[in-house]
Amino acid sequence: MLSFSVPLGKLVRTLSRLRGGGSAFPGLVVEKIDPRFMQRTLASLPHGVAVVSGTNGKTTTTKMVVELLESQGLKVFTNRSGSNFTRGVAASLLGEVDWRGRLDADIAILELDEAHAVHFVNKVPPRYSLLLNVLRDQLDRFGEIDKTARLLEHIASKTTDTVVLNREDPRVARIAKTINTLDAVHHPEVRYFGLDESLRSTFPNDDEMRTGSGPSPSGTSVAAAPGETVDLPDADVVLRRVGAQDADFEFDGKTVTTTMKLRGVYNIFNAAAALSLTRAVLGTGPIDTPKLVKALGDVAPAFGRGESLTVDGQPLELVLVKNPSGFRLGLKSFPAGGYATMIAINDNYADGRDMSWLWDVEFESLREGGVDVLTGVRAYDMALRLQYDDVPFGTVEPDITAALRTFIDGSRGKPKRIFCTYTSMLAIRRELAKITIVEVVS
Amino acid sequence: MTSETQPATPQSEGQSSKGTIRVLQLYPREMNIYGDWGNALVLKQRIKWHGYTPELLEYNVGDDFPDDVDIIVGGGGQDSGQLVIQDDLQARADQLRELADNGAPMLVICGLYQLFGKFFKTSTGPTIPGIGILDVETQGTDERLIGNVIMKSAEFGDIMGYENHSGQTTLGPGVQPLGTVTKGAGNNSKDGHEGARYNNVVASYLHGSLLPKNPAIADFLIRTAAERKFGTFVPGSPDDDYARLAREHAARRPR
Repeated sequence: MLSFSVPLGKLVRTLSRLRGGGSAFPGLVVEKIDPRFMQRTLASLPHGVAVVSGTNGKTTTTKMVVELLESQGLKVFTNRSGSNFTRGVAASLLGEVDWRGRLDADIAILELDEAHAVHFVNKVPPRYSLLLNVLRDQLDRFGEIDKTARLLEHIASKTTDTVVLNREDPRVARIAKTINTLDAVHHPEVRYFGLDESLRSTFPNDDEMRTGSGPSPSGTSVAAAPGETVDLPDADVVLRRVGAQDADFEFDGKTVTTTMKLRGVYNIFNAAAALSLTRAVLGTGPIDTPKLVKALGDVAPAFGRGESLTVDGQPLELVLVKNPSGFRLGLKSFPAGGYATMIAINDNYADGRDMSWLWDVEFESLREGGVDVLTGVRAYDMALRLQYDDVPFGTVEPDITAALRTFIDGSRGKPKRIFCTYTSMLAIRRELAKITIVEVVS
Repeated sequence: MTSETQPATPQSEGQSSKGTIRVLQLYPREMNIYGDWGNALVLKQRIKWHGYTPELLEYNVGDDFPDDVDIIVGGGGQDSGQLVIQDDLQARADQLRELADNGAPMLVICGLYQLFGKFFKTSTGPTIPGIGILDVETQGTDERLIGNVIMKSAEFGDIMGYENHSGQTTLGPGVQPLGTVTKGAGNNSKDGHEGARYNNVVASYLHGSLLPKNPAIADFLIRTAAERKFGTFVPGSPDDDYARLAREHAARRPR
């Protein structure tokens, strides 16, 4: 072990922050001079490491797990700054360790991109993993969703204690079977989070995507058809009901109702995921359920994930959309009625360059109220998409700054909602920061 | 506001349809990745905008194959999807070949483009037989050709879309390329052309989806279908301003 690596890494971190540089560079430095820094530091944690991965909802779910565990008195390290890759974790660690390299935490909860998670778990086998879903996202990076499912399988196979799986996503639920066939010394325990039957139709998976308007599907779907519960395993936590401002969760044979600050059914389903992982981490130890439920209700959305800002005394909601299922859920979870709507579509690397995904989303729900403004590099692709769904729209302005001004000026006195891809969301937040209070993201 | 486009022929009350055009989607359950639905939707809407009545049909594994189909569209799938449809497609090969030989308009994208060819030799060994409608062969590789594509076609003008495939396709003398690539890879990494044409079959690797930004191809399929069925095609005038603007912006994007 190199005793100077941590102080040097911290120094680089401080310097690169002063320069306003990238968050991963100090991670690179410490990786070069002390390759085992991350493993060593994380290995010292009494409750080990939990990895959260999947296509949608990683950021919000990770945030929830952190807050739920903190409600039970645990000290939690997490990679909050969106550094969801190995070097980013190392960089985040540098910010938290003391000058002798010690991390004052009980557990690390890490959000990791599927592909990066594979590298990470090869270096640091996690004690727990939470696998949320496998959906079409950035296919231009991963090739195809079956391949993404295999990445998650690998994460599960390296997990030493408990794997928490989404019972409702067939590609994720199936991982339970592969774990059991592993030629390993031990198999991790599997637990599930699930949905009430009545909510299942809200979550079409990619395989069922087209069946809504065509003839009803016959037996080849990999998912359980609505109403078919025969083969579903019992879940540790089940989301039973979602109301306007509250939700029912069932665990330990009891149903708990709590008010929720989170918006959107899919965010609230992720709360069930977070609860299940939290329960796995706490194990057989005592759980303060009232505090846990209160913490659940208090979780605020992560930035851009149904986050609500205030503009001209009216709420302005940012809904991040980055793949067809996310966009469809966003449209379902945030009904258009009464809202002025803007859609911002970029095609930068982080958004995905292929516009095909817009054609896998149905926009009928916007037909009645129309869309006020379309913006982003691919604003005209979005206009074309809406034209074919007979959805009326107003201004089409690729420039986000100009479009945002038109949108705000044109819908004074009305609540507003913006569906935006990742890089357009960053641009919109930068603009909004000039006129309202926007949470600073480091 | 032009997005509320209705059938564009200015006929009065009680306007009658010029006839029904039936569009069959091949295997939409397994072969609909990367927005292939967009192609079916564009055909459906443009048939209406030209003053005809669209009827969308689906054919999935094990279904009865409908008799009177005017346009056939098929899309891309994952490797697992291709395996699921393989036997069923072979069982339908003669019917589909007869339709293609007789001039039925068809659009096959990516995975079904490959399977409409002679064979797909996977990079891991096994060879998946195609149905041989198109004189093309595909070799699986470890290299994935990904990114925006623009090609020139004498028939359709500039065609643009997005490719994402690891199979490399070689054309035989029985087909013509759909276009010459000016940005991107196309059928393979060396020949500089994309897609294939045989009779009224249009085959391509391009997603994006293909038809929304390339309405000339959509109208070719509709016109051919109408002429075969009714002897003549009387076009409407769909509003393609947004298609034109989307094309202009897409053409400026990086690979």
